[in-house]
Amino acid sequence: MTLMTILLDVAQPGYGAIGAGLAAIGAGIGIGLVGKGAVEGIARQPEAANDIRANMILAAALVEGVALLAAVAGLLAVFSKGS
Amino acid sequence: MAPRWSKSLLVAAFSIVSTFFFNTSRAQGKIDPSSIILDHIADGHEFHFFTFHGKVASIPLPVVLYSPQRGWSVFMASHWEHGAVTYAGYRLLTEEFITANHLDEKVYKNGKVVAVNTDGTIDPSSKVYDFSISRNVVQMLITVILLIWVMGSVAKKYKAGTGVKTAPTGVQGVVEPIVVFLRDEVGKVNLGDRYEKYMPFLLTVFFFILINALIGLIPGTANVVGNIAFTGALGILAFLVIMFSTGKHYWLHILNPPVPLGVKPIMIPVEILGIFTKPFALIIRLFANMISGHIIILSFIILIFVFGAMNTALGWGTSPFFILLAVFIYLIELLVAFIQAYIFANLTAVFVGLAFEGGHEDGHGHAQEAVVI
Repeated sequence: MTLMTILLDVAQPGYGAIGAGLAAIGAGIGIGLVGKGAVEGIARQPEAANDIRANMILAAALVEGVALLAAVAGLLAVFSKGS
Repeated sequence: MAPRWSKSLLVAAFSIVSTFFFNTSRAQGKIDPSSIILDHIADGHEFHFFTFHGKVASIPLPVVLYSPQRGWSVFMASHWEHGAVTYAGYRLLTEEFITANHLDEKVYKNGKVVAVNTDGTIDPSSKVYDFSISRNVVQMLITVILLIWVMGSVAKKYKAGTGVKTAPTGVQGVVEPIVVFLRDEVGKVNLGDRYEKYMPFLLTVFFFILINALIGLIPGTANVVGNIAFTGALGILAFLVIMFSTGKHYWLHILNPPVPLGVKPIMIPVEILGIFTKPFALIIRLFANMISGHIIILSFIILIFVFGAMNTALGWGTSPFFILLAVFIYLIELLVAFIQAYIFANLTAVFVGLAFEGGHEDGHGHAQEAVVI
């Protein structure tokens, strides 16, 4: 069987799940980078920990918002009664 | 005094009882996770706690329907018997009814209310508008009453003088740090000296989202914050607040951004779209965060029943593991409730701050003062 026939056999909800998984990778990388920057900043200047933490949470929420847009699309596909 | 292990006993009892709070048809043995999950996160006409051997434990709520053809109808949802019977010419759609009558699933969704004729068939000419006091409405009302009561009593205490020149007492100790944090880190930082006018809205949004999210974590309550209508309404309100704070400078920057001439035709549509994408992202972010948390917890508990359907011993054996995982996710969801409420309020304040001055503080358009030594 060719790759194309295998891909076409997957039902709609399956693709939704794959899409949501890819979005999770994006969220993981994005928030990981934010956390890395924040932790390094705190290591260099511990007195700024509070300011850095507030900005880290803000940036993490923005990144997560984008990733969750894709997760919602995946969710819609999973819960649709597609063929 | 209660024995030392009474708390552990309560935790164990709660864990076991919480696995009963799910509607599984034990007769079938085939669990359908997606319909169970959808039942729990969707709105409903009753508070459904559990179904045990065919007996349903639920609290029915008032149903308020309006049809231009039939007028108003008000009755308790118990008359519908969970969608089994028709009452007052209306029927609650269930999966069985939809498949039995071969209805188009795209139009007739599970949980919707339809008008039926006297012989039991669907009446497509009557449009039904559902204004029922549903689960979400009841939970939001509980939150509203709780907030008015707590905040009102705290405000009265401050007016009477406690906590102004003396140390705060009682509930003031909980409310004051949060309110001061929002005023200093969210209001003053983003809105400058015009923060006072916006503090009521920001504080209300924060506490409303927070208390609804926290109550929604209790098993058996409604999923309010994970409802796109709830977050959509909050996002629209935030959008209106942002629009009403805009100045001339803001619109000049949108319609004539300070970018090179070649980039302007691209930037202007992007800026105009940006007016709408910012509240839209607020809506989706809050919605997706809360609903994903609910779905994860529900999935873990349903997995126990899926394993149990395969092999009863396997179900019982894996249940402590899954309950522990669910508790872990619960703790994360507590944190997420606080963070998402804070993020919504913070980003609204950031966008309002951007609307004030057009977002550019690099002094262009203002006269540069010469440095005089």
